[in-house]
Amino acid sequence: MSGKLPTKDMVLGSGTDAAGKSEITTDLMIGISRFGASRRDFIKGIIATGASVSAGFMLSGCSQESAQTTSSNAATAPAPGGVERLISLNVNGEVRRVDVLPNETLAMTLRYKLGLTGTKLGCDRGECGACTVLIDDVALYSCSTLTHSVRGRSVTTIEGLQGPDGALHPVQQAFVDELGPQCGFCTPGQVMAAVALLKVNPKPTREDARKAMSGNLCRCGAYDNYLNSVMRAVAQA
Amino acid sequence: MFKDMMPSFELFMPSDLDNAVQLAKSSGDGGWCMAGGNDSLDWFKDRNKRPVAVIDLTGIESLKGIRETADGIEIGALTTLTEIENNPVILEKFSLLASAAGRVASPQIRNSGTIGGNICQDTRCWYYRAGLDCYRAGGETCYADTPEGMNREHCLFAADRCVAVSPSDTAPALVALDASMVVMNSDGEKIYKAEEFFIGPDIDITRMTVLKKGDILTAIRIPNTWAGATFYFEKVADRNSWDFALVNVAAAMKLNGDVIEDIRIATGGVQCVPKRLTVVEEVVRGSARNEETAKLAGKSASRGATPLNYNHFKIPLLENLVMRAIRDA
Repeated sequence: MSGKLPTKDMVLGSGTDAAGKSEITTDLMIGISRFGASRRDFIKGIIATGASVSAGFMLSGCSQESAQTTSSNAATAPAPGGVERLISLNVNGEVRRVDVLPNETLAMTLRYKLGLTGTKLGCDRGECGACTVLIDDVALYSCSTLTHSVRGRSVTTIEGLQGPDGALHPVQQAFVDELGPQCGFCTPGQVMAAVALLKVNPKPTREDARKAMSGNLCRCGAYDNYLNSVMRAVAQA
Repeated sequence: MFKDMMPSFELFMPSDLDNAVQLAKSSGDGGWCMAGGNDSLDWFKDRNKRPVAVIDLTGIESLKGIRETADGIEIGALTTLTEIENNPVILEKFSLLASAAGRVASPQIRNSGTIGGNICQDTRCWYYRAGLDCYRAGGETCYADTPEGMNREHCLFAADRCVAVSPSDTAPALVALDASMVVMNSDGEKIYKAEEFFIGPDIDITRMTVLKKGDILTAIRIPNTWAGATFYFEKVADRNSWDFALVNVAAAMKLNGDVIEDIRIATGGVQCVPKRLTVVEEVVRGSARNEETAKLAGKSASRGATPLNYNHFKIPLLENLVMRAIRDA
């Protein structure tokens, strides 16, 4: 992606103009065009800065209501021995500080607090594989993992596969070359499952690959195409 | 976007067993011990179980791993199914368990799912899982055991108000291997044979195992009795991945030439507990291993079955799986 992520100052404005009106709008427009940031980058910037500024705004609904209606102040302070809310997560090689509720799944944290929307939610109940990520190089369903349980472990998402110069990971490249995906929604999960396989078994047979990818559904039915892509990645390695 | 997530709970992540036992005791009925979370999170997301405190056991290293003991092996309850599937000691001595573990759900679930969680998991009856007030939920009715109830996945044997089945693939293997379960609570440690560990409605219709709030399954011990025996595991499900068994079978045989000297065989998906097929064992013990014995074994397996409206197919399915277990092992 070209362009820098907008900074908080750029987004929220550095003051008001002579007429007393906020410069927010102007800065916004300039920010987007000057730095060549896309709207996607812009929104991700908001999410990334917003999380540390006011976690509260993301948390409307269950937890805050329950804090008011139940006697336990679970949503605002940890009980003795309970988990601390503000944690550091190792995601795609970076340390990210994020406020995590006890009942928050990794998929939710990645998508809505860390701006990493490459990981998809298909079923949100461990029955489709679209949310597959790697934890310490092992494929797991991020929708079925509490974020607190991956503290201190390395999380790799689809966004973390590309090389430092932006080159696609060999598995990603093979998927592109072989035209594996159709609509692309299950693709991040399929790619992560394939990457996990190749880390453990760099020379799988087609049957090995079939078994390894058996935790990822594809509504478009591109299963054979995905297997071809994986075998291509194996051959090209 | 967070309005549809699971209800709030306190999360505790003890790093040693004593802490976990204390937490389990002090949180009482509002506590919930969680391993891999694949069963637990389903309940929470559907909002049909709302614990006050969730005790995540995955940080307790002493509950993980596979160790050889003087007379067998001991598997930490928090050992993942993938680890069991690939462990050299288990593959060498008790490959039945590795086969069973390898057929559970999907690769990602096996990577986080634990053997303890797999045998302690709750039943999948969709009426029960939907949170309806059936017998198993403490109510006074069963929605599945009715003329119109969708009961194709429910039981053949020992229906006692509830007709839900044991969903685990590793449980029948552990019954066949004569395993014992080690349970810890604030009063200390207790050991249960596999067949005592899984309970039916005659003991408590609301539980699948002996575990109550405050109990933690810490380890599974397998004696060397059936080490290196001739094993057979087969699971039949709607899909080759993910789905729970319609019927599964786990068998361990000691062969002397082609004579079956001794056998242990258990099946899942047909009763609320993994069912040890003692009738088949008696029929087959001492007989030659051939087509005739296998067929007889199959027929004897279904003795006493009382099918429900939509699960008659499980009878020939069970018979054929038992026949294969004898003949094709």
